[in-house]
Order: sequence, then structure tokens, then C-alpha cells
Amino acid sequence: MRIFDPHIHMTSRTTDDYERMHAAGVRAVVEPAFWLGQPRTNVGSFTDYFDALVGWERFRAAQFGITHHCTIALNPKEANDPRCVGVLDVLERYLGKDGVVAVGEIGFDSMGEAEEEAFRRQLALAVEFALPAMVHTPHRDKEGGTARTLELVEESGIDPGMVVVDHLNELTVGPVDERGCWMGFSIYPDTKMDPQRMVRILQDRGTERVLVNSAADWGRSDPLLTRVTADAMLAAGFSDDDVDTVMWRNPVEFFGQSGRLLLDGESDGADLRSPATFEGNSVLRGEPVA
Amino acid sequence: MTDVRLLLPAADLRTALGADPSAALDDMLASVAAGTTTLARTFPAAARRTARGPFGDGDGHRIEDAVRVELIATAATDLGPEALLDELTLLYRHGDADEKRAVLHALAGIDDPRVDGSALLLDALRTNDVRLVAAAMGPHASRLSAHDWRHGVLKCLFVGVPLSAVADLRTRADDELVAMVGRFSDERRAAGRPVPDDARTVLAMSAPDPTATAPEG
Repeated sequence: MRIFDPHIHMTSRTTDDYERMHAAGVRAVVEPAFWLGQPRTNVGSFTDYFDALVGWERFRAAQFGITHHCTIALNPKEANDPRCVGVLDVLERYLGKDGVVAVGEIGFDSMGEAEEEAFRRQLALAVEFALPAMVHTPHRDKEGGTARTLELVEESGIDPGMVVVDHLNELTVGPVDERGCWMGFSIYPDTKMDPQRMVRILQDRGTERVLVNSAADWGRSDPLLTRVTADAMLAAGFSDDDVDTVMWRNPVEFFGQSGRLLLDGESDGADLRSPATFEGNSVLRGEPVA
Repeated sequence: MTDVRLLLPAADLRTALGADPSAALDDMLASVAAGTTTLARTFPAAARRTARGPFGDGDGHRIEDAVRVELIATAATDLGPEALLDELTLLYRHGDADEKRAVLHALAGIDDPRVDGSALLLDALRTNDVRLVAAAMGPHASRLSAHDWRHGVLKCLFVGVPLSAVADLRTRADDELVAMVGRFSDERRAAGRPVPDDARTVLAMSAPDPTATAPEG
């Protein structure tokens, strides 16, 4: 089984996690730029973090046979802090880079005016750089936040197929589906979504435009819940092909729209000199150097 | 203008690239030369517009590195040494790991003594990314102080970069380096871990006088 975790904060995880993830079948990840738990106080703190996402973390993952991508943005939790708004002015440096496969996480936390302004500007950057957008939905008033999110997505003019709205549940999946956006689900030990509920949603709606992630970070979370969910799908009667659709082909299709994927592992023996292997995305093989 | 030696001969690189990626490279080079675009814009996209992967020459060169060095070489024809160093510093500062590595390879091809990129080499040697560490110890490392250069060599041994990546090893190795590698090897043996063959190679380079105290350079 091959798994592409489309949302996981590996910066906060140990090498033991990388080893266990690889053993469970994880071969590729996307790490969205987000809040670090401790509020940051200046722009430089963000750029060092972004540099790590396109530098050290990518290298670290490769040591364990996992291809690491990231998304770059000013996250919703810090978008309302005037000390951090300058981050919006340095994003362009990062959005042209290989392996930066979306603008994200953007969206709402407390639904304030500053958050909305940052959200609008970053949706515009996604359009300008022809990148997908990864949109976080708030933990509090998720329904209201999701509704306003969809309004801003429509106003921005971005193709809904270039947007994933994340951390959805039974109450918020419907409107996102109707709008034609991709639907992201974060499987957590005791909040957000669990494997059994995820399976029921897949039974109700099918596998199209669904992304399943662990969203594992520095909080109580589990990077192997993608695999647990895949096993739950099989136990519920889904086929191996269905599991591959949800756990691999869907994230490859969604993030492949960026033209910036650095896929590894699925094409052993492929000619690495070929610039195009999947919809314009080139192949970078993790080099076993450690 | 400042000369930058190419990582791979231009014709060999184009043979490896094939027709369309070669055309894309030539297009980028023409735009940079004409000033209609900047290195800062072409550099991040260079690999995906051409190709990436090992060149297969046995020296560990990578195609995307050669592409980026050629872009720098073209831009350098219009830049004095100071302006070139400023440009390389910005490309490095804002680069991802691949872009940083290409800047280090470009520095390795710059002999002009007025271009001193040692601050970038020291930044690379601060990381644990073996690809950056290896690229930092090329010919441009002649600008590093004896102290910094020895620690660069030791770091290579420590993180597993083959010493074949270190330029001028035989001519620059001194008694202090041999003593440092001796202590490194003693530690490895005490821990029951193998001493790398490369460490033995350095130890064989000279036999320091055990009574002498080598000054720190």
C-alpha cells in the first residue's frame, strides 16, 4: 500500500515517526506552513521556518525514503497579528520553488477583518502563481467559517478544483462538495474526524475529490492514522483500488496541478533525466546518504 | 565580467538534456543575457524547466546543478566581482537546498580572488545536509582559514561525505588535521564503531610529532 499524506507537520515529529510512517506505506507528504504553538513576533522567524520547509525538512524526509513537499503562507492564527503581516510581502520568494505545491494554510481562525484581508491576498497569490490553495477551516464555528470561506473562494475567481478545504466533518462536507472544491479530512485520535466516521463519509459520497490526512503536529495526533483509515476502508469492503485512489492518486492529482511535485519511489528505473513524468512534475529520487 | 567555470561542458550538458530541455535552457540563458529576466526568477524554476538527476559521469554531478551554474556563468559576464558576489549571496539566502547547492558549485568555478564566498561556505558547513557540506568543500574552500577548513574536513568525515569531495586535500592537510582525525578515530574505536576508510587515508598523510603542540590556525 502506498500512502501520500497531504497534510502533516513533520517539523514537529521525530525520526522515529518517519521510520514508522515509511513502514506503514507512507512515501510522500505535504507539510503546510502553519502555527508553531508559540506565536511568532517578526517576519524573520517565518522566513527561517519557510527555509527549513524547503531545505532541511525535505532533506530529512529523504533520508527515510519519503518525498517531502510543502505549502507556504501566512497562517490564519497569526494573520491578525500586525507584527506578522509583513510575511505577505515575502511569500513570492517561495511560491516559485520546486516542491512548493500550494498556497497554504490560509483561511479563518477567529474570522476577523485582518484574517479576511490575508485570506483574500493569498487567494490572489494562488491565482497569480497558478498554484492550488489549501484552506484551513476554524475549530470554532466551523460551519460559519466554511460558508464564508466558500464565498471568498468564489469572489477570488480561483478554479474551485484548485482549492482544498480542510478539516471537514459531516456538517461541512456538503457545501464544499457542491462548490466543486476538494474535501480534506484530518483524522485525529479524539477530535476532528476518526477512521470509522471517515469510512462512512466515503460510503456516502464516494472517493472523488477526497483527501485524507493525519494533520499530525506538535499536539496529540498520530501520523499513522492515514494507514489506520486505509485499513478501515478495506475492512468495510472498499477495494485496494479505492484505497489507492484516496491515499495516493487523489493527492497526486490535486497537488500535481501545481506542476511542482517531486515524486519519488513509484517509478523505480524511470529515466530521471526526463523532465516530465506526471503532468509536468519531475522526479527527484531521495538520495541514501546517511 | 567575472569568469565562472561551468560544472559540465555546455555540449555534454545539452546531450544529456535532449532537445526540448536544451531549448528551454538556451531560452533562459538568452533572457538572462538580454536582461529581460533576472537570475532570481529563473533560478528556482530552472530544474523543472529542464531536467534533474545524476549526470552519470562518476563524479556525482547533477544535471540541475550544471544548468544553474550555466545560468550564473551567463549572468556573470555582465557583473563585476562585487556585484556577482552580491547576486550569489541573494540566490543562496533565498534558495532552497538545491539552489543553495548550485550556488556553492558556481563558487567552486570562480578563481577570481576578488570574489570571496567564504561566508556562504561557512553557512553550508553549519548544516547537516551532506549535499551542501560536500559542495562547500570544493576549490572555493581555499578561501577558508586553516581552522575552518580543517573543521570542514572533519565534518565531512563525521557526516559521511567522501573526502574525494574535498579540494586540495593532499596539499592542504597538515599535522593539526591529522591530529584531529586521530582523535576522531580514537573516539570511534572507543565507541566500538568502525573508523571510516577516509579517516585512515588522512592519518596516512603525515605522521605528526606526538610531542609537538600544533598551533590553531
